[in-house]
Amino acid sequence: MTLQLFFFYLFSTIVVASAFMVISSRNPVHSVLFLILTFFNAAGIFLLAGAEFLAMILIVVYVGAVAVLFLFVVMMLDIDFAELKKGILQYMPIGVLVGIVLFLELALVAGSWIILPEIAAGSVLPIDDTISNTRALGQVLYTRYVYLFLGAAMILLVAMIGAIVLTLHHRKNVKRQNIVEQVARTPETAIKMVKIKSGEGLTK
Amino acid sequence: MMIQAIVFLPLLGALVVGLFGAKLGHRTSEIITSSFLVIAAIFSWIVFLPLAFGGGAEETIKIEIMRWVQVGDLDLRWILRVDTLTAIMLVVVNSVSALVHIYSIGYMADDPSRSRFFAYLSLFTFAMLMLVTADNFLQMFFGWEGVGLASYLLIGFWYKKPSANAAAIKAFVVNRVGDFGFALGIFGAFMVLGSIDFDTAFHAVDGVAGTTVSFFSYQLDALTLVALLLFMGAMGKSAQFLLHTWLPDAMEGPTPVSALIHAATMVTAGVFMVARLSPIFDASPFALTVVIVVGAITAFFAATVGLVQNDIKRVIAYSTCSQLGYMFVALGAGAYSAGIFHLFTHAFFKALLFLGAGSVIHAMHHEQDMRKMGGLRKKIPLTYAMMLIGTLALTGVGIPGTSFGFAGFFSKDSIIEAAYAVGGGVGTFAFYSLVIAALFTSFYSWRLIHLTFHGKSRADQKTFDHAHESPNVMMIPLYLLAIGAIFSGVFFYDQFFGKEKYIEEFFAHSIVINATIIDAAHHVPTWVKWSATFAMVMGLLTAYWFYILAPKLPHRLAQALPKTHLFLLNKWYFDELYDVIFVKPAFRIGNFLWKKIDDDIIDQAIVEGLGNRVQNMTARIVKLQTGYLYHYAFVMLIGIAALLTWVVVTGGMI
Amino acid sequence: MTPDIGITHFLTVAAILFTIGVFGIFLNRKNVIIILMSVELILLAVNINFVAFSGHLNDLAGQVFALLILTVAAAEAAIGLAILVIFYRNRNSIAIDDVNVMKG
Repeated sequence: MTLQLFFFYLFSTIVVASAFMVISSRNPVHSVLFLILTFFNAAGIFLLAGAEFLAMILIVVYVGAVAVLFLFVVMMLDIDFAELKKGILQYMPIGVLVGIVLFLELALVAGSWIILPEIAAGSVLPIDDTISNTRALGQVLYTRYVYLFLGAAMILLVAMIGAIVLTLHHRKNVKRQNIVEQVARTPETAIKMVKIKSGEGLTK
Repeated sequence: MMIQAIVFLPLLGALVVGLFGAKLGHRTSEIITSSFLVIAAIFSWIVFLPLAFGGGAEETIKIEIMRWVQVGDLDLRWILRVDTLTAIMLVVVNSVSALVHIYSIGYMADDPSRSRFFAYLSLFTFAMLMLVTADNFLQMFFGWEGVGLASYLLIGFWYKKPSANAAAIKAFVVNRVGDFGFALGIFGAFMVLGSIDFDTAFHAVDGVAGTTVSFFSYQLDALTLVALLLFMGAMGKSAQFLLHTWLPDAMEGPTPVSALIHAATMVTAGVFMVARLSPIFDASPFALTVVIVVGAITAFFAATVGLVQNDIKRVIAYSTCSQLGYMFVALGAGAYSAGIFHLFTHAFFKALLFLGAGSVIHAMHHEQDMRKMGGLRKKIPLTYAMMLIGTLALTGVGIPGTSFGFAGFFSKDSIIEAAYAVGGGVGTFAFYSLVIAALFTSFYSWRLIHLTFHGKSRADQKTFDHAHESPNVMMIPLYLLAIGAIFSGVFFYDQFFGKEKYIEEFFAHSIVINATIIDAAHHVPTWVKWSATFAMVMGLLTAYWFYILAPKLPHRLAQALPKTHLFLLNKWYFDELYDVIFVKPAFRIGNFLWKKIDDDIIDQAIVEGLGNRVQNMTARIVKLQTGYLYHYAFVMLIGIAALLTWVVVTGGMI
Repeated sequence: MTPDIGITHFLTVAAILFTIGVFGIFLNRKNVIIILMSVELILLAVNINFVAFSGHLNDLAGQVFALLILTVAAAEAAIGLAILVIFYRNRNSIAIDDVNVMKG
């Protein structure tokens, strides 16, 4: 058992366990926290597979942004601790069965096929061992796949706009300033001249 | 031009009056149709007389009207064929039709839909003329069906009466049964003889005599099969035994209809058809035997039933049925000319009898039951005289061996002689049946006269006082028919049955002339020649005894033999028999098909059931849409698992 | 990638993660956030697959694609949460059982 193999088993065990806790935890905050744990260990697995940049990005983006976002929303929505409703038992047998079948098949396919030597030889982007992973990715991403890159950027832009549009909530009873309106006032509409006798008030 | 006028004037009258009768008014309709018919009748006599008395050895006149269907081997044209047989029929049909038209002006004077009646009468006449001037099987079939249609329309003329409707349907349906056989016969003739044109077919008969066709895995003689099928049509149309049930019920129609259709013309279409197709029938001795036997049975059977009927028209109807049997016996014996002779004379005296009965009914204010008549001799003497003449003609009063006799005497005796001359079991059977039928005929004819005109009146006083002679427009046709009833026999005897030379000259290849049978008929023993007259006298005396001397006798006899009386009164229970065998099963099948198959199975199970099934299934399927996301996801998961399984199992071939 | 860890190891882990993610979608009745997190798990499993193959086949394209998947996952999580917020605003509850307006 080499060190890498040990770490791999360690990471993968924790990944599976915490993924399971994500879906079966009662407290949604706990679920989010377990999700974060899953991501961390997945990053570890990525490292073992030789994709360092991706591992770091996983932590930065997923944990740092997405999981925190989840946490924000969970906190904001003020969810009660819900009971595990009985209905889950109804689907458990079938679900488990189907899940096992699915898993077995995936494993079967994974374990029973061989990779033809030609494919291994004819890779699209052979990994260059001399430069770092980050550098290698950078060399490809901005040149060959620049359109994809821009497309991904577009997607992010759209997501941002979409999120804002969806959740923007003008409260009616909050006073706001409309600068344009203020600046565009004319004396005719803003001021009204009234002749008042001294001693009297402005009662009309 | 004259032939076309004869044939198409009635059609023209029917169309004009049928389409515009309401606008023209009743009087105009009557005058138009009647005058057209009179012109056609006069033309018919002009065509006929030179043939009768100037030797009929002319060529057959053929007038092509138009081309009809030309498909493959089938070349159909509409051709009017006029030979001697046709000329005889033209005279019969047009004369009787014209007289009936004139008579109906008087008889139907109170009826609100007279125009329709005259249109139908002319339509019928046209269809009958189509039949007799046919030059091929298809034209004849067209006329055949046309007269069936006209018969239906005329029997059911008073369509508000349910019994009239039922009678019309019965007539049509029973005729249909016969027409089915007729149609099969035509197909068979085309198949065997290769053409439906008469001349071509007749020339081909010699060539196919003796060949067989396979029919339901039996080998049958071709011409016999064809002849029998054609005869089935004749049985239906001419109300022979087994297909006779419609004729008495057809009396629901007005009396002029009965006179025209069910005495003189339509019912004789069967006889005409067999005579026209005599070359085919003559080639099959078996078919001829069948014809004789059926005719003899009919003659006997109808006469027995006519003995006890109480409705004046029904007696005459059964008499018609019986006389048709006589005609068929003659045809079956091979003496085709004798059959046509009887057709010719029968038209006159039977129409006379019917129209006279109509006059009686008119006088007695539409009372038809003879038990409520009596003593009308002094009240309606002219009608009485006409009925007497008709009865004398029907019963065949005459002195054998001389030229003295009424029309029926000559024609009936010719048939009886011919029947005897056939010999063998069949001939003897036919002969005795006919003689006994003659006896019965005489009995019930005189019974009719006695019950209606003689003795004391059994009607209620008011009706009896009102009885008056019919107007001239009704009497003149009777006079003219009486002339025919008296003299047509003696005038035309030579041409029809007298001397072979005359017969051959007269008929000139329009029908088959069997010289042997005619010769044998002339040389029968004397007792045979007197047998018919003897039977007639016996019937006369018996009727006189039963109804004048001892009026209580019939009633006591009926009480003594109640079963026999009922058996005869109910027409040998044929209607009941057919009801059980055919009508009720047909109704049951119809009901079953309607209720079970059409209603239950098709409408409910299939049509509505389909709708219900679809609704049920969709209602159940709709429950899959629960609205819960995780249900959908679950289903998707199952789908993925299934897909994956399939891919794995089939080795990666998606 | 080291020669000890064969590709099947990675694929097995990915498969398990995938299954768990799928379970998470339909086995929970409690709240909608679990669904979103399960989707993240699924995407993670796919990423592991991509990276594993990328290392095994010596092909950088796998990692590029995994990067793009990451991008999309982030965007989708953002939008999903925004929808969730509005949903909660309207109904004041995120229990799954109440979400059956599409029933028919």
